[in-house]
Amino acid sequence: MNTTLATLAVLDGISYAALVFLVSVGLSLIFGVLRVVNVAHGSLYAFGAYLAATLSLAVAPISPWLTYPALIVASIAIGVICGGFIERFLLRPLYGRDDVLQLLITFAAFMIMDNLQRLIWGVQPIFAAEPLKLLPNISVFGVAYTSYQVILLPLVALLTLLGLRYFLRRTLAGAVILAVTEDREASTAIGIDAKKVYFVTFVIGASFAALGGALASPTTSLVPGMGADMIVLSFAVAATAGLGQIEGTALTALMIGLTRAFIIYIQPEFEVLVPYLLMVLVLLVRPFGLFGAVQVRKI
Amino acid sequence: MANILLSAKGIKIRFGGVIAADGIDLDVHEGENLAIIGPNGAGKTTFLNISTGYLRPQAGTVSFLGHDITAHLPRTITKLGIARAFQIPQLFLDQTVMENMLIAAASLKGRPSGFKALSSLPEAAEMERLLDLVGVKSYAERKARELPEGQRKLVDIALALALKPKLLLMDEPTSGVASSEKLGIMDILTTALAKEKVTSVFVEHDMDMVERYANRVAVWNMGKIQKVGTPAEVLADPKVREQVIGI
Amino acid sequence: MNGRFKPITAVAVVFFVVAALAPLFVASWATLFALILAKGIVVLGIVLLLQAGQVSFGHAMFFATGAYSAAFWGKYVGGGDILLYIVLGGISSTVIGLIVGMFVVRYREIFFGMLNLAFSMVLWSLLEKMFHYTNGADGIRVARPGLLGFSFTPETFQYVILYVALVVAIAAFCGVQRYLESPLGHMLRAIKSNETRLEYLGTSARHVLLVGYVISAFLGGVGGALVSIIQQIATPEFGFWTKSGEFVFIAILGGGAHAFGAFAGAAMFETVRFYAAAHLADSWQLILGVVLIVIILYAPNGLIGLRQRDDRSKQGGH
Repeated sequence: MNTTLATLAVLDGISYAALVFLVSVGLSLIFGVLRVVNVAHGSLYAFGAYLAATLSLAVAPISPWLTYPALIVASIAIGVICGGFIERFLLRPLYGRDDVLQLLITFAAFMIMDNLQRLIWGVQPIFAAEPLKLLPNISVFGVAYTSYQVILLPLVALLTLLGLRYFLRRTLAGAVILAVTEDREASTAIGIDAKKVYFVTFVIGASFAALGGALASPTTSLVPGMGADMIVLSFAVAATAGLGQIEGTALTALMIGLTRAFIIYIQPEFEVLVPYLLMVLVLLVRPFGLFGAVQVRKI
Repeated sequence: MANILLSAKGIKIRFGGVIAADGIDLDVHEGENLAIIGPNGAGKTTFLNISTGYLRPQAGTVSFLGHDITAHLPRTITKLGIARAFQIPQLFLDQTVMENMLIAAASLKGRPSGFKALSSLPEAAEMERLLDLVGVKSYAERKARELPEGQRKLVDIALALALKPKLLLMDEPTSGVASSEKLGIMDILTTALAKEKVTSVFVEHDMDMVERYANRVAVWNMGKIQKVGTPAEVLADPKVREQVIGI
Repeated sequence: MNGRFKPITAVAVVFFVVAALAPLFVASWATLFALILAKGIVVLGIVLLLQAGQVSFGHAMFFATGAYSAAFWGKYVGGGDILLYIVLGGISSTVIGLIVGMFVVRYREIFFGMLNLAFSMVLWSLLEKMFHYTNGADGIRVARPGLLGFSFTPETFQYVILYVALVVAIAAFCGVQRYLESPLGHMLRAIKSNETRLEYLGTSARHVLLVGYVISAFLGGVGGALVSIIQQIATPEFGFWTKSGEFVFIAILGGGAHAFGAFAGAAMFETVRFYAAAHLADSWQLILGVVLIVIILYAPNGLIGLRQRDDRSKQGGH
């Protein structure tokens, strides 16, 4: 492998990691607070991507620069509408019940959204590369790459990471979320409205998934099944990192993104295998993930 | 002097900043009822956790009948003959009391079958006798979940007895039981223990219980064994009275 | 204990009789019922693990193992037989179940589910990408096998496979029933309510769970082999996570408390799919999703509804 290929692999890995991080961190955040694995997370990603593409294609004739706000609007709309609906009407009646029911109802949401996606957007690939083409290409060590992928995406991911850190550690709303995560009963006792915290967290997490999809939409063609693929991948990243670990998710996304990118150039057929193999290996040694902590039950 | 069944030497363990055990030496003699008393949070339950392998001490050893059991798993230690009853009863709530007992019987026998019905185990009669012994036979066909707390505690003890242990460790056997029933339950229990020839250790903070039922008392305070002796000796000690009993 | 399940055993008997007779009158039901029975066998395995309170979101790996065992034999050896395929599927999934099981039984709940998912996705990626051996996403066709040396026309074959599936399903159902009433089965249930006590009785919960897990993998493999024969194909999708989700779905739909729930759920699921796919080809998945939501929200004990209320078992958990 020469330097050009290596540089390409690193750039591929970084841009891929940025997208995967956005989706995974949403999943991880939701699990950290609600203790629910949101199986519909991949569908939120796919809906974000499709809606972003639809809006982009609609506004591009007016001005191509309008496609950027379109991406943002699409993510927030999906996060609030779909995410809000799932939390309010599907998950909320199940709090305090068997965990498997909560997991399964998000599976039902996945089935429905997967079907709706086909009904609304059809099965033909959709491509809306406007935002990608607007930004110039740049050269890194002689390798030309789109600045959308190597600058914008990682920048958004980084801002998300720092923003989340700041929000959770430095703001009152963040402190409230952390309090509920630590001990739901105690925080309810001091007057925190856990339901509201769950709702807000879920909407934020869902918006990150949709944002990941929206930002991915200019870089790839949208096809049925993209949601089903993304949920396992983001789950692999979140679980490898340790569910609920935000910084850990970033590092793991980067690790998996880079490994995958290099594998593509070396042994392409094993590309899909990489994240899952890593997940198996890590979980076998550290079931709580690379950055997770062990809890002991009191008797 | 009676044989030593269980022997703890130099046990040390701390949780964060809290020192639960700071060099504990304690022997349990065959045939006795040893009470462990001490202020709340002093580490009494920790001693049971360490003796049964649920926790590993940071220093020190525990031996049972001369075997070192310090780093063993609870199930290995159980197999050697130490059974445990819990402060909060640990039952299989979705199964009947009798099924709970038969699971214990099948565990004791080892190599449980995956084909023959649990209810057809020959140990059923013996399990019924044990339930009768602790006074909960009438609940045998009820789901453990449906039992009141006091009865659950008795089933918890019956489960431990089903293992035919040499040593029974009990964590506040009468907590959660209505005070009018406490004496009755302890009477039943001590009779049962004597009859089954089981040595027992019980963590207790009701001094009345200690006085009536213990042969020997160990005072656990600030991570040390402050005093060991007969109930009369220990309860007469002014230091113990002040620091542990609070009078 | 014996009295408790009597009515449902009667329902089970009725179900198996209907499965045997109804397709004689409506030919298209032969394949439908064969599929219900085969899926029911797989879901029995999920129900087993649910007894221990564990949900495997990767059980499709055993389903795919069973299916591909049949497919590989047909592709590389040839001259298949239904019974041979079932035995092969059972053995290979048992072996894989034992290997994977030794790792996963160390973990519980979300960690158990995650690790199962991870293993299944590794298998899926291999099936998808080892194109040279597996034909990739297209899968491998499973040519119609014979039975004990006899070969059949397609019309007869759909009944042959139905009755084979029926016999296997009844055997699996009775076997699982017996197992759940045995000491090992009761210990499996004990893992759900109080694993700590089980260890304090001197029993290794991991060992108990491993036995349950391997049986459950075996059932997955047998069901997978049957489905590959019925549908005459094995594809990587058999091992994809959505397939695992579908099995858990069916188990909850039927009700995880009793072995018959597996068949009740499979009957409901496949029937909805069968008719919805025929009349509303574009939205059967949507309909199933809505059914699942309604069941979870309004009948969390599933179709057979014998289960103790979940919220109570949750609160009294320790």
